[in-house]
Amino acid sequence: MKMHVSLPGLEMKNPVMPASGCFGFGKEFAQLYDLNDLGAIAVKATTEEARFGNETPRVAETEAGMLNAIGLQNPGLKGVTEQELPWLQQFNTPVLANVAGTKMEDYEAVAAGLSESGMAAALELNISCPNVKEGGITFGTDPKLAAELTRRVKDVSNVPVYVKLSPNVTDITEIAKAVEHAGADGLSLINTLSGMKIDPATRKPLLANEIGGLSGPAIKPVAIRMVYQVRQVTALPIIGMGGIMGMEDVLEFMMAGANAVAVGTANISNPFACPEIIQQLTDWAGTEPAADWADWKQGGVKA
Amino acid sequence: MIQKEWMTVVSIDEIAASIFEVVLEGDMPERIGAPGQFVHVKTSPHVAPLLRRPVSISEYWPARRRMALVFRSEGEGTSRMAAWRAGDEVDVLGPLGNGFDTSDMNEGEKALIVGGGVGVPPLLGLAKQLAGQGIRVQTVLGFANASSTFFQKRFSSLGDCFVSTIDGSIGEPGFVTDVIDRRKLSYDAIYACGPLPMLRALDGSYATAKGKLSLEERMGCGIGACFACVCHTADDPEGTSYRKVCSDGPVFPWGEVVLS
Repeated sequence: MKMHVSLPGLEMKNPVMPASGCFGFGKEFAQLYDLNDLGAIAVKATTEEARFGNETPRVAETEAGMLNAIGLQNPGLKGVTEQELPWLQQFNTPVLANVAGTKMEDYEAVAAGLSESGMAAALELNISCPNVKEGGITFGTDPKLAAELTRRVKDVSNVPVYVKLSPNVTDITEIAKAVEHAGADGLSLINTLSGMKIDPATRKPLLANEIGGLSGPAIKPVAIRMVYQVRQVTALPIIGMGGIMGMEDVLEFMMAGANAVAVGTANISNPFACPEIIQQLTDWAGTEPAADWADWKQGGVKA
Repeated sequence: MIQKEWMTVVSIDEIAASIFEVVLEGDMPERIGAPGQFVHVKTSPHVAPLLRRPVSISEYWPARRRMALVFRSEGEGTSRMAAWRAGDEVDVLGPLGNGFDTSDMNEGEKALIVGGGVGVPPLLGLAKQLAGQGIRVQTVLGFANASSTFFQKRFSSLGDCFVSTIDGSIGEPGFVTDVIDRRKLSYDAIYACGPLPMLRALDGSYATAKGKLSLEERMGCGIGACFACVCHTADDPEGTSYRKVCSDGPVFPWGEVVLS
């Protein structure tokens, strides 16, 4: 079976990319394996100004998952476009640049800067980070604000824009429809679920930020359900994510309606997760009689 | 070069109350560059516990393809490690981080090594390295009590070793700084690893231009990608400059990072 997938701005050798926030800007992983093997690379969120992020502890383990509250630490638009993205150009792998901010103007400035740099194949609009005090998730939980922000970012971008959706909503399909009408070229879902863990011994939250985003295998059924629901209401390409640890998880997301997938937390517990999953998929595809992903999905879940 | 390797447990011993020393065999020891580096251990072949556990390398013997790790069995992950038995195959990522660079030390100079609790293990490899360079090594080790005390004999074989315990049940009562003050220990460089209050007490009037400290922090990936274990730098304590404990450290010069 042909592994290649073609999404707006992203010609992918295979449907697997590391998820934003779990891969830095790629340098650490490039010491471990060839980044050319990846379908695409979703880099860490960029904000207009450099951010330190939250105080530590920033991570806490939970049952089959983890909470994080990094707080969008990044070197800012200038740092990302001058120091991080140029280095990634050596690879024949499209870069999906994640855009974050607190005000609509911030998003516009970052989107314009990243798009003008010519080094991002597409943008991923982060309206779903639960770990910053202002902005972020506020835009991801209100369909009107999500649509307005999408429209404004689309106006200043010359590359396709994917909107990364929050699962912390009553009806994710409303947000999906709203951003589609506002001109989004694709969707990525889900971001982390807002969560908390308290240590009974200290009687205090484990995270300095108290509340964080839950990721990992624990959230996969929620993510599958949301990809499936969103697929029913839109024809936009979907990058599915949430708890992918192995090839079977990838197949599950593709069957639920995803066109590509992102691997997040697995990179944290196993830095070789992406190439291992891609190898598993390649071996599987070698024996799969379907011609391509669309063919393979025929007769499965009605997506 | 960082690798993920299934290593074989050669031996595991409880060397103090809930403190375990495990010797592992494989290719990784040949890649260790300096004492103070650490490994990131997957404590179960299953999904959970999900995150790896950062553990210090206490000693390593590249020619024998072996290294020793010391950890305290405390939570879900480390209690699984405490149940390892000789012959088990375990998933280890490493070697990680930057160890102790002692190339600025000259033969005949004096080093003071200060360790507290589970911060002591990486200092054993450091003490051996310094002694091998012809540096005079003195050690002060602080523990909670007699039952949690370990490695006193091994450090004693490399030079003077003083132990302090908070309850005074072995060695000298009080903190490591009490021992340094009482004995008026002199040194050209001070090296330390242990709890933050200990490092903060040493930073400043005890710190030296040579010498280094090693930090512990909750980690995610262990390779510098996830930004879970960052700390502020001393020259920009409220700003955006930072060091990652896992990949920029865990060993830092005195005064480089904010100890908070």
